Amino acid sequence: MTQANDNNGRISVMPGLPLGVVIEGSVANGVEVRLDPGVSVEQIKVGTFVTLQGTNNRFFGVVTDVGLGSTDPRMKFTPLPADDPFLIEAMQGIVAFGTISVIPQLTMPDLLGDEQEPAAAKSIPAHFSRAFTASQDDVETVFGREEDGHFWVGSPLDMETKLCLDLGELVKRSMGVFGKSGTGKTFLTRLLLTGILQNGEASSLIFDMHSEYGWQGQDTDKGVTVKGLKQLFGAKVSTFTLDEEHSRRRGLSTDETVHLGFNYVEPEDVELLRESLNLSDVAASAAYNLREKYGEESWLKEFLDVGKNGSLLELAEELQVNAGALRALYNRMGRFTRHGFMVEHSSTDTAAQMLGHLERGQHVVLEFGRYGDDEAAYILVSNLLTRRIHRKYVEAKESAMGGAGKEPRPLVIVIEEAHKFLNTSVASQTIFGIIARELRKYNVTLMVIDQRPSGIDPEVLSQVGTRFSCLLDNERDIDAVLSGTSGSRALRSVLARLEAKQQALVFGHALPLPVVVRIREYGPKFYETLQGGGDSEDERKRKVDELFAD
Amino acid sequence: MTGLSIERRVGEVVESTSTSFVAQCYQLEGAPALGGLVRTYSPDIYGVVGSVTTEPLDSARPVLARGEGSDTEEDVIRDNPQLARLLTSRFQVFIAGHVENGVTHQYLPPRPPRVHSFVYACDPKEISCFTSRLDLLHLLLNSGASHSDEIVGACIRQAASSHAQPTDFLAQACRTLAMELSTDVARLKSILQRISP
Repeated sequence: MTQANDNNGRISVMPGLPLGVVIEGSVANGVEVRLDPGVSVEQIKVGTFVTLQGTNNRFFGVVTDVGLGSTDPRMKFTPLPADDPFLIEAMQGIVAFGTISVIPQLTMPDLLGDEQEPAAAKSIPAHFSRAFTASQDDVETVFGREEDGHFWVGSPLDMETKLCLDLGELVKRSMGVFGKSGTGKTFLTRLLLTGILQNGEASSLIFDMHSEYGWQGQDTDKGVTVKGLKQLFGAKVSTFTLDEEHSRRRGLSTDETVHLGFNYVEPEDVELLRESLNLSDVAASAAYNLREKYGEESWLKEFLDVGKNGSLLELAEELQVNAGALRALYNRMGRFTRHGFMVEHSSTDTAAQMLGHLERGQHVVLEFGRYGDDEAAYILVSNLLTRRIHRKYVEAKESAMGGAGKEPRPLVIVIEEAHKFLNTSVASQTIFGIIARELRKYNVTLMVIDQRPSGIDPEVLSQVGTRFSCLLDNERDIDAVLSGTSGSRALRSVLARLEAKQQALVFGHALPLPVVVRIREYGPKFYETLQGGGDSEDERKRKVDELFAD
Repeated sequence: MTGLSIERRVGEVVESTSTSFVAQCYQLEGAPALGGLVRTYSPDIYGVVGSVTTEPLDSARPVLARGEGSDTEEDVIRDNPQLARLLTSRFQVFIAGHVENGVTHQYLPPRPPRVHSFVYACDPKEISCFTSRLDLLHLLLNSGASHSDEIVGACIRQAASSHAQPTDFLAQACRTLAMELSTDVARLKSILQRISP
């Protein structure tokens, strides 16, 4: 990183500006700080970071409320000439003053740069402790420094300080990106993915519903195109497509085209598609009977052949299932299997191909092309592939535990519209539900992107370690996102007051405390930092030497 | 005692308590203004003029109107030279601080000034020096006088004119008042209105 860049990112608006003194408080409700006469209440916003200098400890906290106070409760009934500046100035700050409520979250090391790590605060500062705005050093001590390999995701509210995330911690648990449509979920996801790619600790498998991540995406607000992962990271990213024609039209040469054989479809998949294909319970469970009859490999193909020959009635009788249900299953599956990416028999195992790429440390983007809008296709393909990949991971992990192989590389699977296959009725059956619950036991975690978090099974949601929430306005969605979080009452007001764009409330496993982030711009400037930050000068030299060794 | 001090001598203590004293003027109508800063030298005590009274020396002989045949008020005084001997001006001073071992304190002295101590009006330099701190406002606000708000207002107004930066002094006074009267906004407001420039 250049010096100039460094300077750019390091300008702090108010480094440790004194704010006021602690006048009351409790561990349960946080402390109240009375603002100094010179500090305007309008300067302080909810969500701002402050430090409190106690007698023996320094505390790091967040402003959760801003209020107006008065030393004389009768003041509100006393007529005062509001247009007399002399009078108002005399009273301001002494008789009538601003207050902020601060929840002390962490105790900080006494000296910056001390070995001691910030720890959860179990006490509060004493009366008359001074409150200051948090300085850049404070924020870096708490959230980590970019120089230490953390990923710069944006800035805290009203600060130019770089707010960094520990990506190693982030990928250890599942994460969620929530927000109503148009709040910048996709941009945030792109940013996080570039972080994960750059960090290199985990691979990622992205089920790219709307073809936004792999090659290039659209910024519909500004009417410009933005670079996708393949453009930024080249060979580190492999793109797969379900719809070769669509990819070709976009001028993108994909690495692999995915064809799914009927032989890979399992009755569990049909169960999962029940809702999107509008199948009855009976019809969906008939698939199990069919598998029993025709075997794992060819049940779907045989069934469709029987249907084509017009002997469904006999089959229904033989299997002792309702003929109507069987016909419905035939019709729906028949229509479904006419998708271009479905073939009667496929000998290439796409999942194995993907695994190969993932094991080599590459990242895989699967573009859905025109099938992206087909919910059933998205659910089927993502489940089918993930189930196989997950199975391989479980095997690899288990043999690693037995000492017979190496640990599989951590994998982050990215899924969109998560509420469709993680809702209460199917979460227990889909592989994603299992992954979310199993957590990181098998080194596979999820990144769910969704605009209706209330539609996601609460049990699954509770396993989402780190949550990024852009603006949400539906009460139930807010409840869902904040469920199982301590201090959710205070966060709720923060969440409802986020700006409609480029702001997110981030909380959970990867962060020591919840924070509102002004998301960093994803554009040309960002690409530059990536190219500059990818390889160090030495590393680049080493690679050149390696290439032209002889 | 300097010659300047003699010029500034305005009266003599005739009554003394721990919190205030009364001084009689040498000249009729020669009392300092309300809120003015005065001092005695034995011991060194500062005070603020809280009220001024002009009355007959003999309370049994009430003052009678004498100007019926005169054209101007000056004629009345000239035609009745005995008045200066029959009437007297007195002023009450609320003690605002004292000097002990060369250090100025703005709280009550251990003993009030002795009777017959001379009372001097302070010069602007002394005023600005003494009022560089304003703890005296606490004494004045709690003097028990029915018009203590007026005394405080007058004192601040007068002191302001002795300071090189009157605006800064006023701002400091406002802050002190606001802290003193933080639980009584109505009273604070009334005093602020009295000192508003």
